[in-house]
Amino acid sequence: MAAIISLRNVVKRYLRGKQSVEVLHGIDLDIETGDFVALMGPSGSGKTTLLNLIGGLDTPSSGEVSVAGVRIDALGGARLARWRARNVGFVFQFYNLLPQLSAQRNVELPLLLTSLSAAQRRRNVQAALAIVGLSDRAHHKPSELSGGQAQRVAIARALVSDPTLLVCDEPTGDLDRATADEILGLLQTLNREQGKTVVMVTHDPKAAEFATHQLYLDKGELVSRSTKAVA
Amino acid sequence: MKFLPLIWAALWRKKTRTVFTLLSIVVAFLLFGMLQGVNAAFNSAVDRANVNRLMVANATAFTESLPYAYLTQIESVPGVSAVSQQSWFGGYYQDPKNFVFSFPVEPLRWRRIGTEYRIPEDQFDAWVRTRTGAVVGAQLAAKYGWKIGDRVPLHSVIWTKAGGGSDWEFDIVGIFTSPEFASRENQFLFNYSYFDEARVFGKGRVGWLVVQVADPRASARIAAAIDHLFANSPDETETKTEKEFQQSFLKQIGDINFIVTRILFAVFFSLLFATGSSLMQSMRERIPELAVLKTVGFTDAGVLRLVLAESVMLCVLAALAGLAAAALLFPALRDAIGVVTLPRAVLAEGVVIAVLLALATGLLPAWRARRLSIVDALAGR
Amino acid sequence: MAGLANQIAAVTVNNLRSVPQRAGVSAVIVIGIAVTVAVLVSVLAMATGFGKTLANTGREDRAIVLRGGSQSELASTLSRENTLTIPDARGVRRSADGKPIASAEMVGIVSLKQKATGTKANVTLRGVGPKAFDLRPEIHLVAGRLFQPAVRELIVGKAALGQFEGVDLGRRVTIHDTEWTVVGVFDSGGGSHESELMADAETVLSAYRRNLFQSATVMLESRQAFDAFKDQLTTDPTLSVDVKRETEYYAEQSKQLSRLLFFVAYIVGGIMAVGAVFGALNTMYSAVSARALEIATLRAIGFGALPVVISVFVEALALALIGGALGAAAAWIFFNGSSVNTLGSNFTQVVFQLTVTPSLAMSGIVLACIVGILGGLFPAIRAARLPIAAALRAG
Repeated sequence: MAAIISLRNVVKRYLRGKQSVEVLHGIDLDIETGDFVALMGPSGSGKTTLLNLIGGLDTPSSGEVSVAGVRIDALGGARLARWRARNVGFVFQFYNLLPQLSAQRNVELPLLLTSLSAAQRRRNVQAALAIVGLSDRAHHKPSELSGGQAQRVAIARALVSDPTLLVCDEPTGDLDRATADEILGLLQTLNREQGKTVVMVTHDPKAAEFATHQLYLDKGELVSRSTKAVA
Repeated sequence: MKFLPLIWAALWRKKTRTVFTLLSIVVAFLLFGMLQGVNAAFNSAVDRANVNRLMVANATAFTESLPYAYLTQIESVPGVSAVSQQSWFGGYYQDPKNFVFSFPVEPLRWRRIGTEYRIPEDQFDAWVRTRTGAVVGAQLAAKYGWKIGDRVPLHSVIWTKAGGGSDWEFDIVGIFTSPEFASRENQFLFNYSYFDEARVFGKGRVGWLVVQVADPRASARIAAAIDHLFANSPDETETKTEKEFQQSFLKQIGDINFIVTRILFAVFFSLLFATGSSLMQSMRERIPELAVLKTVGFTDAGVLRLVLAESVMLCVLAALAGLAAAALLFPALRDAIGVVTLPRAVLAEGVVIAVLLALATGLLPAWRARRLSIVDALAGR
Repeated sequence: MAGLANQIAAVTVNNLRSVPQRAGVSAVIVIGIAVTVAVLVSVLAMATGFGKTLANTGREDRAIVLRGGSQSELASTLSRENTLTIPDARGVRRSADGKPIASAEMVGIVSLKQKATGTKANVTLRGVGPKAFDLRPEIHLVAGRLFQPAVRELIVGKAALGQFEGVDLGRRVTIHDTEWTVVGVFDSGGGSHESELMADAETVLSAYRRNLFQSATVMLESRQAFDAFKDQLTTDPTLSVDVKRETEYYAEQSKQLSRLLFFVAYIVGGIMAVGAVFGALNTMYSAVSARALEIATLRAIGFGALPVVISVFVEALALALIGGALGAAAAWIFFNGSSVNTLGSNFTQVVFQLTVTPSLAMSGIVLACIVGILGGLFPAIRAARLPIAAALRAG
């Protein structure tokens, strides 16, 4: 299958105070459509930075990032935002739900940026909540949900606009083992049954086992890549 | 409108703070409505002055009288279509607290000028025929329960009658209305001929003259012609348009507009800080949430609009509540200023100010939200 | 007890040191209260100034006589015969020449341009009798000379000179087609006569072509002589007059406006104070939430709730006091002593000065404290009830 994500000689520097710090030193990377990639590495290795570049939350200092044929490093603010809305779903360690909105309204957020009618939005939200198994929690506020449920809502939000790519930053970092396995299982199902390409940062080797591929990053460079057939 | 629930929810993120901020804005607009309402009530006489009318008063001071003969002299000035005269009677009914706006006039002359009054023809005729006849405004009649046929005594603080005493008796022969100028319905008008014959001093003199001109564009020329007519006489005149006359009268009381503006300026100055600080705090606390919005695809400009919309919603809702409270309380001031409803222009002005306040206080937090970098915000930097 | 006092002092001082870090939010309480106090104090200063001016005009041992039923000089008329009868009544003080100290006066009105607005306003031209300056020893010339009888000359009060155009020394004023020269400027110790022009009564009467006076004012032998004087005039069948002590007359004249201004001050100030309380509540709630970790830590290591409550109150009060003091100071700096004029009872302008007295400033500061206490109350309660464990974890 063709590469959906392709990075060429990607460098990322940050200004920290007066000093320029280079976080990524010329990354070359291809991820195929339908892959489930676990991005691993020690703290400060640049995992999240790399993930942010792939998800279009940040732009490289130099090099090329193309996702599904689009050079996102060349996109500016508003166009990049619109691109994210259509193509990427995000899942974070601390769920990042809006606390004052119900689960349903949280899931609906990305749809507000589309031209769908209120009825269509409601249908899509219900479908997304059904996929993550939370149809009965639609009207609950995030504070009324368990950690696992909150993360499922976050996944439903990532799914609702039917993106090809899911970008997950430590999605199980705040969950106990059993719940974490449920969430990872859900991501795996989405990858297998709905064909979503998943890129997930994790430091947990058990979590990485759910992926089809593992990438290791250290000090801003890709050090190894392994493909593991999963049962 | 689909963003409404999102904006609404953001507004109520910290309930106590929003409630108190809302209440400070409500209070400010309550004050705005009351003070501007009073100010507008005072100025309404100026704003609604008849452009066809000139007021002729004694140049020494408008409280000084003019000879009655001026009336016919002015009637022959080209461009003048009618002239009427009035005097200040200074009357009260039974108790000095019951002050009555009472004026001696000549009915026939008065009617040619007073197009804003409505009075049945037969009542007007009765007034012309009855020497001691008086016509009263509907509001005044209702206040004291006066009916046609009643004999009403007014006590004048100025004018004494031949034969002694300051109590004047009048027969009410008509009741008039003035649909566009409700305050006129508090007037009490009676025959100048009766008044002039009976008074002890000041005979043959009138308070001021009201001149109707055919073409308002000729007002300045006609005013100059009138004043020229009496130049270098013992009673020089000063002729002004009704608007100028009302304005100068208000300025005598004091610059109400100036005081009201200063107070409101102070009120809104402090409100700017209260609202601005509240919106800024709310924005700071929501940095991660704003970053999430940007992550799921809201553009920078979109986030700016959301934060601004939130401050507009807060300010406009609170302003409407404050203005509504002012409109409810306003009739309580009726006795003091004589106007019953809060002028609609004040409400409109209030909403405009609310939007300006929202933009002034919301722009800084909205700009910060726009500039917010997702990566920094998510990393908690 | 000493332990508790130490706790309170430690927590409070430590908290006050941290206020500058919350300067932005703290400004809300300070500015809100400062503006409220400034408005309250300046409007009250107007009422005080107006009352003071009229109070300075009247004396207990002077009486004013008006036609019965007239509430002001403008509405009153007295015939020449009456003005001759009145000074001869019992109780009127006589000067060395044996004549009663009294002045029959005519109040004429002149329209003069106000310097501040450029619009015309009515000014009193008081025609006074020959004994007027024995009657009012508080009046003395500060420039020029006195007018002469039978000549069209007038003197101008110092306050009128300040507010109106065209009445400087040597200028000519046209009244009913007659020209009058300003020959002197007078001071009357801050009374309302300073807003007037004065001239010889007979000359003014002829210019206005009148033969009726408006009032007669007499100097009494003593304060106690008033009743005898009044009794004689009110029982005289040839007279129909009202007799009042000057103090009483001028108090009545100021009553209406003072009442209105007090009403405006308390209503507007009260509403603004309510608004300031809301602002203060927001400031103090956010101060408490900013201090949540500190408060929880203090409570965890054994400090009581009271020191925390007191520290919140002290902060609210300190900010309120700063606001109150700033507001009172602003009112004093910008408005104290500034002259304004309004329509008095004679339908003429009375010039007065806004007067910020220490007691007015104090009432502003008292209001500030009330706002501070109300604004600190609920946040202090919240601070005391803060769940320690949750606050520590969140921090």
